[in-house]
Amino acid sequence: MSFLEYAPAPESQSILHLQKSYGLFIDGEFVKGHGTPFSSISPANEEKIAEISTANAKDVDVAVAAARRAYERTWSKLSGADRGKYLFRIARLVQERARELAVAESLDNGKPIKESRDVDVPLVAAWFFYYAGWADKLDYAGLGPNPHALGVAAQVIPWNFPLLMLSWKIAPALAAGNTVVLKPAETTSLTALLFAEILQQAELPAGVVNIVTGAGETGSLLVNHPDVNKVAFTGSTAVGRAIAKSTAGTGKKITLELGGKAANIVFDDAPIDQAIEGIVNGIFFNQGHVCCAGSRLLVQENIQDEVVDRLKQRLSTLRLGDPLDKNTDIGAINSREQLDRIRLLSDLGEQEGAERWTSDCAIPEKGFWFAPTIFTNVSTSHRIARDEIFGPVLSVLSFRTPAEAIAKANNTPYGLSAGIWSDKGSKILAVADKLRAGVVWANTFNKFDPASPFGGYKESGYGREGGRHGLVAYLQSAGWSSTAGRAASTSESIETKPTRKSVKKEATK
Amino acid sequence: MTIASPVNLAPAERAVQLIGGDLTEKSLRLHLEGLSGVDAVGLEARAAALSTRSIKTTSKAWALDKIISLIDLTTLEGADTPGKVRSLVAKAMTPDPSDMSTPRVAAVCVYGDMVPCAVESLGAAHSEDGIHIASVATAFPSGRASIQVKVADVRDAVRAGADEIDMVIDRGAFLSGRYGVVFDQIVAVKEACRRDDGTYAHLKVILETGELNTYDNVRRASWLAILAGGDFIKTSTGKVSPAATLPVTLLMLQVVADWYRLTGEKIGVKPAGGIRSSKDAIRYLVTVAETAGEEWLQPHLFRFGASSLLNDVLLQRQKITTGHYSGPDYVTID
Amino acid sequence: MTRLAVPKTYKLYVGGKFPRSESGRTYEVFSAKGAFLANAAKASRKDARDAVVAARAAVSGWAGATGYNRGQVLYRIAELLEGRRAQFVDEITAAEGVSAAVANRQVDAAIDVWVWYAGWADKYVQVAGNGNPVSGPYFNISTPEATGVVAIVAPQDSSLLGFASVVAPALVSGNTVVVLASEKLPLSAISLSEVLATSDVPGGVVNVLTGVTDEVIPWLASHADVNALDLAGAGLLDWVGLQMTAADTLKRVLPPEDGVPAPSVERVTFFTETKTVWHTKALI
Repeated sequence: MSFLEYAPAPESQSILHLQKSYGLFIDGEFVKGHGTPFSSISPANEEKIAEISTANAKDVDVAVAAARRAYERTWSKLSGADRGKYLFRIARLVQERARELAVAESLDNGKPIKESRDVDVPLVAAWFFYYAGWADKLDYAGLGPNPHALGVAAQVIPWNFPLLMLSWKIAPALAAGNTVVLKPAETTSLTALLFAEILQQAELPAGVVNIVTGAGETGSLLVNHPDVNKVAFTGSTAVGRAIAKSTAGTGKKITLELGGKAANIVFDDAPIDQAIEGIVNGIFFNQGHVCCAGSRLLVQENIQDEVVDRLKQRLSTLRLGDPLDKNTDIGAINSREQLDRIRLLSDLGEQEGAERWTSDCAIPEKGFWFAPTIFTNVSTSHRIARDEIFGPVLSVLSFRTPAEAIAKANNTPYGLSAGIWSDKGSKILAVADKLRAGVVWANTFNKFDPASPFGGYKESGYGREGGRHGLVAYLQSAGWSSTAGRAASTSESIETKPTRKSVKKEATK
Repeated sequence: MTIASPVNLAPAERAVQLIGGDLTEKSLRLHLEGLSGVDAVGLEARAAALSTRSIKTTSKAWALDKIISLIDLTTLEGADTPGKVRSLVAKAMTPDPSDMSTPRVAAVCVYGDMVPCAVESLGAAHSEDGIHIASVATAFPSGRASIQVKVADVRDAVRAGADEIDMVIDRGAFLSGRYGVVFDQIVAVKEACRRDDGTYAHLKVILETGELNTYDNVRRASWLAILAGGDFIKTSTGKVSPAATLPVTLLMLQVVADWYRLTGEKIGVKPAGGIRSSKDAIRYLVTVAETAGEEWLQPHLFRFGASSLLNDVLLQRQKITTGHYSGPDYVTID
Repeated sequence: MTRLAVPKTYKLYVGGKFPRSESGRTYEVFSAKGAFLANAAKASRKDARDAVVAARAAVSGWAGATGYNRGQVLYRIAELLEGRRAQFVDEITAAEGVSAAVANRQVDAAIDVWVWYAGWADKYVQVAGNGNPVSGPYFNISTPEATGVVAIVAPQDSSLLGFASVVAPALVSGNTVVVLASEKLPLSAISLSEVLATSDVPGGVVNVLTGVTDEVIPWLASHADVNALDLAGAGLLDWVGLQMTAADTLKRVLPPEDGVPAPSVERVTFFTETKTVWHTKALI
């Protein structure tokens, strides 16, 4: 036998107590949705996990009304300290139920249990813990004294990190004093609904968080609802664009975390073994279903062959299979639709003349799978070097000088993230300065932390999530008491018309 | 450090092939300093990730037997006696008297003066395919002796029947940048490993990574030891803390993998000291298999330098055989 | 006998030069009392395109300069403006129909606005940035930097102060700008351009277009190489439509304001992007 074919080590599902069907979570209760329910399946074996409600326009109305009521009657009247205590409770409950949440996430999403267990769920707890402490310290958020909440936040999240994205959205919103209506992605509603149970255990006041499930239509109804003040969306650039359009002129404060086509730049003086790990982690983490994935490897030409060789060797040790097996490195692709897209773009890569290499691993019969794939001989004009594939597919391009690396890295409408690998500190900092990306990882990749702002430049969206910046996205300034700067132009001597409040502020009131 | 005039080094075959015929202190330095750097955070993160592999059922049973067959069962105490060595040898040959299917260990590892005792105790079990005798040498563990003494130490052990020599490098020379001194000593020791019939005792070069301060140094020392002719690179004497760690061992495995990629030649790795539990040892097996490759999981390419590890493996083995947890009274104390 | 005055030809300011509109068009600018003041250039979409090219080319130099340097350059504008006070007072008096005293106060305020924003250039990063205490062996810092090219509609009812109050904040972080001057009060913007051209502001950092706002701004709102849109003076236009157009390339959009925007650091940070850099930390 081969030792490397480790015997199966599946995580037990007995910790899960799932219901056959789940309703919407509105005003503290699970209620039936009025749209047509749909099945959530496991992408690893295509078996049905549970039936999920669809929220129609009426349900979204009810949810937003519940959030508005909770905002006006309860949540905005609570002290910051008490809001914080609820968030601390939630953080602890997530820790207590961590394994259950991890199993549910891997079952529903297809991601390896080692990731949901060691990355997603611990970060969820950390996110609530971090923002809990902000709730009674908003005066220090950088917006002047007494900043106030925006009101009702409409939040729409993707399927790649279902529970983690929920925490990125809900934790800062509640800390800042907003109430929430959140829509999880259609294919991954399960952990959001388990999270609703946690909210019940935490005795969070009814209506402060409402969860409506459904497809894109439900999301559209939610973000365009006239009574929401804040829209936070993570997902595709196409949908982000549509949201920016439909909310234009409404005064809703918008945060958009959209697509990416990150360059991972490897210089010839890189710590090579760690760079290889970083490349692997950059694009094969979570099957490449990561908006900030390092999908374009830019490698200095004098080490290109060596890097590609090492990479192939390393990839051949990756284990693809049952997401619930503790030794699985590459899980299932989240949906058939996504698998089709990955296949389409990969086939295009071949047709365009790039050289395809695919790891030789057994593909399970049922479910949605895509083996780790590398394309070499890729040109900057190839579709696989420009479009976000959102799968375990790496395009390798080479460069000669740092200036060329920077130019190629920035040559995309996206600007979410980038990686730099070098042992030379001054070069790293100079390159980081020039990269048009919201997150730059140097000698590491795909690291996330609640204290660290995350978000993109250009068509990767706007606004930041995480850290103080993430909090500010859910607050508005009450105005600075100091008018030191304003004296310059607002002294009574200037005959300007009385300044109307900005359109933006009027609309949010 | 500037080098006034080229100091010629012993023309070790590997070094000459890789660096060139005019092998000097300077050319060696340039070669070692040109090696890729190591990012400590990334290295440790990779080691931690490898530690999360879950080895169960049949894989675990295989791993436990494999661990035993890779152990250099060791006693390296000033208080060692022939009696202690005989007891060690008995344990090496029959690790678990209650289960004769238990494999034997790879070697016993003793001080040079105990080699004759080990030879005698092993008897017929001492063979190429059987249990080897490893002897520490070269003024182990400090290495603080003249090269003549070190060479004599090695010759003595080889003549007495040692199959493997575990030498220490001169860390003082290495850390002060005198790579040539370290290199020449390894070459001299390698030559001292030569038997009258022209064969060589296997040379394990102990880097004492706990004293090398940086991972970059570990990589350089590993590379230097291989260039000078080492058959194995070994982490530690066991007398310095930290001894073997998973990140250091991972790094050394990356070096031997690089060497294999470059030359087609396979060099062995031996973590020693501090590996006490089966769980730990299994992490090392995983790291070997996923870094250098599964073919490294053989006694001529990978060893554990350990003493108490064996009993823990035996307890785990008994648990698998009997289905219940065993206790320390059911394994023998040396 | 009075001397016959020599009137100025008002042109566009693009890439550090003063071209006429490529279209050859001009439009008449009148005083508050209805007297003819000048023929201003009536910029076309191609002028807007050229201005964006010039602005884009200037980004790396301007954004790459140190904050200290940008601060001095902006302060230098205030210095030069002070020296040309009489010219601006005359222009404002004529164009807005206000007394010389009121015009003087507008010039005062405009100068003070430049000084106020000049001081931000080497400080806003400290106010808007963060060192982030992440849980792991990583150095982690978030700093804001310029968004890139910002297209601006200047306030319509203020000749000089309105222009300065929207242009200065965008310049602080290193953005370059394409500004549509007030449609009916465009002359001071061009005179200020003459100040800029003789100051230390590199060519292309500020590009000024005059003409019919509604004709040109849609081209800037839809231009894929424009990163942000400041609709300060676009309140009477279909600014929601412009914002929707800008959404196609996910521009950052600041909605209209009535009157002259008060100085605020938020106007500086609105046109920045926050970059977070991680690096490993280890002793070994």
